[in-house]
Amino acid sequence: MKTIWIIALKELKDALRNRWIIAASCLLAVLALSLAFVGTAPVGGAKISTMQVTVVSLSSLSVFLVPLISLMLSYDSIVGEVERGSMLLLLTYPINRWQIILGKFLGHTLILSIATLLGYGAAGFLIGFSSNGASLQDWLVFGSLIASTVLLGSAFLSIGYLLSVCVKERATAMGLAVAVWLLFVLLFDMAVLGALVVDQGENIKSDFVNFLLLFNPADSFRLLNLTGFDSTAALSGMSSIAGRAVLPVQYAIVALVGWITLPLLLSGYLFSRREI
Amino acid sequence: MIKNSIILKNVSKHYPSHKAVTDINFSVPEGCLMALVGHNGAGKTTLMKLILGLVQPTAGSLSILGHDPKDKTAFHYRNAIGFLPENVAFDANMTGKELISFYASLKGETKFRSLELMDIVGLSDALNRRYKTYSKGMKQRLGLAQALLGKPRLLLLDEPTSGLDPAARQHFYDIIRDLRKDGVTILLCSHVLTELEAQTDAVTVMNSGRIVASGSLEDLRTQADLPLSLRITVKEGMTKQIAQPLQNQNATITFMNGKHLEIECAPSSKMAMLRHLGELGSLIEDVELQNTSLDQLYAVFSDQRGQ
Repeated sequence: MKTIWIIALKELKDALRNRWIIAASCLLAVLALSLAFVGTAPVGGAKISTMQVTVVSLSSLSVFLVPLISLMLSYDSIVGEVERGSMLLLLTYPINRWQIILGKFLGHTLILSIATLLGYGAAGFLIGFSSNGASLQDWLVFGSLIASTVLLGSAFLSIGYLLSVCVKERATAMGLAVAVWLLFVLLFDMAVLGALVVDQGENIKSDFVNFLLLFNPADSFRLLNLTGFDSTAALSGMSSIAGRAVLPVQYAIVALVGWITLPLLLSGYLFSRREI
Repeated sequence: MIKNSIILKNVSKHYPSHKAVTDINFSVPEGCLMALVGHNGAGKTTLMKLILGLVQPTAGSLSILGHDPKDKTAFHYRNAIGFLPENVAFDANMTGKELISFYASLKGETKFRSLELMDIVGLSDALNRRYKTYSKGMKQRLGLAQALLGKPRLLLLDEPTSGLDPAARQHFYDIIRDLRKDGVTILLCSHVLTELEAQTDAVTVMNSGRIVASGSLEDLRTQADLPLSLRITVKEGMTKQIAQPLQNQNATITFMNGKHLEIECAPSSKMAMLRHLGELGSLIEDVELQNTSLDQLYAVFSDQRGQ
């Protein structure tokens, strides 16, 4: 465990040194604040929680941004070090390859968590204390957004590791990372939607669609945030879906955890067999 | 009984595209400094990677400090191994101090010891400089400092003196001598054969993935059976008179002027030749015996295999 922590700390220090954390935190904070103060303007005098409106807007935008940040953090974590030659040296130390994968993953998850907590958290505090005051429910919803964003980011970190272990060149890993991002963030939903339109509700049942969404970490995240709370479901226009949702929200959490653990386990397995 | 730090038995590593090393039988006794020499692509680096467990053999078995590198659960023995790769690479944005502290913590080494090592390799003034600002020689010295972490019992050094200036090379070999006093086994790859000559206990010559010669320098000289060179200084104007009887002793004259003679003779007739020169008494002013250099031995063994 000590070795895992040493490697995680190195990743964290690297991210502080090259200002990854500051850049990601600022990006997320600016995004959250602009959505809070500009995006909620149309609410006007309606008695709707600014914070919850922000959560709904942020959920939709996080799905695009957070996977991208995670994949950019992780795609070269293994192949990059192999290419630079530093992995060769690291592997001659008394370390198990699993410890390297877990240490790097822990470090990157910490980076992502800190950036999310600082970025969204700072925006959350500003919104909470500048509007008419936030209720406990508002804070709960916002807290859930931060936690699920970390889960979403970790899932894509894990996928990034898998790519990084499978390829022999950084450029290939980067190309694949972009492809994965496009697939899960854009193409998957379009394909599901296309299939539904073509099928006209004859063969594809809603249960199956719900189930299908769990195969995409981005959709699991959407399900969790947009249908997880009645208030956000109403604001996102998903309340009717939420009401009829066959899959409880816990399924989305399990799916995200699965998306974190399975690619990570596979990366560890493949890395332990790889010759450097 | 001599304990071996490294034992390789019939080890081969074949890739689908090429055969990196074939049928390697090789052992390095504890406390020995063995030089591994060979052309680029001869298989030296693959051999080091096999010893480190970074690649697995397609045939044969290895025992490194009594452990099988294939056994992925027994990685703790690597605590006793120091490795300096040919092109050592570290995180460019980290300072020397941060880098050595990171690697020290992985070997459970104290901060004090890591700084002490930086001092030993002459980098104590550059501790807070980023790695990317280091010169080639400084990078190599940092690499050596990390290889010395954890009091290694086995050191694997791949081209350790590349990029070092003559003074730094001398300093490097001083460090190596100190380590040898402590009984550290060293396997060293280098192309700079002249510097190895005075340091090694044994030499292994590789060519096209195979070992073509192995043993002490004396063993290799015997195996190579190259003629010995003698440079003889004689009384002024006496070279011709001395040359004739030497030729009768099966010596070949390679150079001659009024004062000096250079001859070659078979190693087996060395003593007879020296005795004969002794009989010439005051006609001979000096005799300089030139041993076959490692360069010459290397050329012979790599050519033999090439043919």
